[in-house]
Amino acid sequence: MTAIAAIRQRDLFAVVMLFGIYSLLTAGLFMNLDAVDVAFTEAAVGAGTTTVLMLSTLRLTGRYQRRSSHSPLLPLLVVTVTGAALVYGTLDAPLLGDPGAPAHQHVAPRYIESGLKEVGTPNLVTAVLASYRGYDTLGETLVIFTAGLAVLLLLGVTPCVSQRPQAEPLDDQAVLKLVVKVLIPLVLLYGLYVQFHGDYGAGGGFQAGVIFATGFVLYGLVFGDGNVQRVLPPHGLRRLAACGVLLYGGVGLVSLFRGGAFLDYDQLATDPIAGQHLGIFLVELGVGLNVFAVVMLIFFAFSSRRGEP
Amino acid sequence: MNSILGLFNYWIVIFLMMTGFYVVIAQGNLVKKLVGLGLFQASVFLLYISMGKVEGGHAPIIDAFNRVYSNPLPHVLILTAIVVGVATLAVGLALIVRIQDAYGSVEEDDIQAHDNEADSD
Repeated sequence: MTAIAAIRQRDLFAVVMLFGIYSLLTAGLFMNLDAVDVAFTEAAVGAGTTTVLMLSTLRLTGRYQRRSSHSPLLPLLVVTVTGAALVYGTLDAPLLGDPGAPAHQHVAPRYIESGLKEVGTPNLVTAVLASYRGYDTLGETLVIFTAGLAVLLLLGVTPCVSQRPQAEPLDDQAVLKLVVKVLIPLVLLYGLYVQFHGDYGAGGGFQAGVIFATGFVLYGLVFGDGNVQRVLPPHGLRRLAACGVLLYGGVGLVSLFRGGAFLDYDQLATDPIAGQHLGIFLVELGVGLNVFAVVMLIFFAFSSRRGEP
Repeated sequence: MNSILGLFNYWIVIFLMMTGFYVVIAQGNLVKKLVGLGLFQASVFLLYISMGKVEGGHAPIIDAFNRVYSNPLPHVLILTAIVVGVATLAVGLALIVRIQDAYGSVEEDDIQAHDNEADSD
């Protein structure tokens, strides 16, 4: 129902906030459907990063939407017809929770039965993500890297490192600053935990990268970008993003040279399980570095245009 | 009755998807269109995750007690899709910022009027 509220509003600020709430609710729903890793990601990305990015855009483009001059009837008709067709299509779909559904027949039983034996990580999502479907994940890491590049090409980051220590944007908000100061170390610690504990519990490189970046974004929002950029200079971040992808690809190449297939972690150590552990650790680290650096770069790209008219 | 409850999740997904679709085609503001795309995207995520659910299953982290686990494959696909989604959303927002610079507006009508003027010149 938040979705409906979101499309009725013409104040885009409210729309973005409602969209954040919608994301958080979706995360709760994912949790209910047993997808803990996904819920985690949705909460960190949807409710955190997306909202900040959208708000930075609104700063640049204006807050209010104009009333549309077109009649909403034709789109409404198109939408209703498409929706009706889709509902008709679901009538022979498998029911929710049916263990005999086609989605559970193909490779999933193998992942569940032999995942612990072959890969050695109790969290099957991590096992499938980093080991069985390592190619996909490499591709997705590359997409994220490319998207980061595209944003940089479109917006550019004007370094404000050389400037005087900036006036802090929220100088008078003592309570907010104190709370943020207390929160940030916890957020960063939690990010590290999620990164390195992803084999056993819910978590992994994607979530950790986002959570870690959220900590720095929070700092940037309250204490000014200049202060964050002194710790994390954009040119360093660009290299970090590339390093993440290279680390991932490098693990693949090493296993290739040691006589296995590309991304075949069994070759990384004498014992296959130890090799899998090492491989997954390195790959997740690559993903984490890449995601963290790209999210930070995107944030800087948007926030550094803030000062312009 | 059972089948209505079992299919209800698809209908929610379709409803959300159509909501997003409506925003994309009916609203003129580009930021709003991206929010619509986000709604659409989230509904697809929900579709996949609900497909992965097994009755009586648990989160796919192996421990000593549970024997039935939900399907981990859709979880992996959607987990990466969410992060890729935010990256592509950022590209979309960056394009909007550049459009704002070039046209001075993010309303579709203004941009089209501007283009038509440029064509007739």
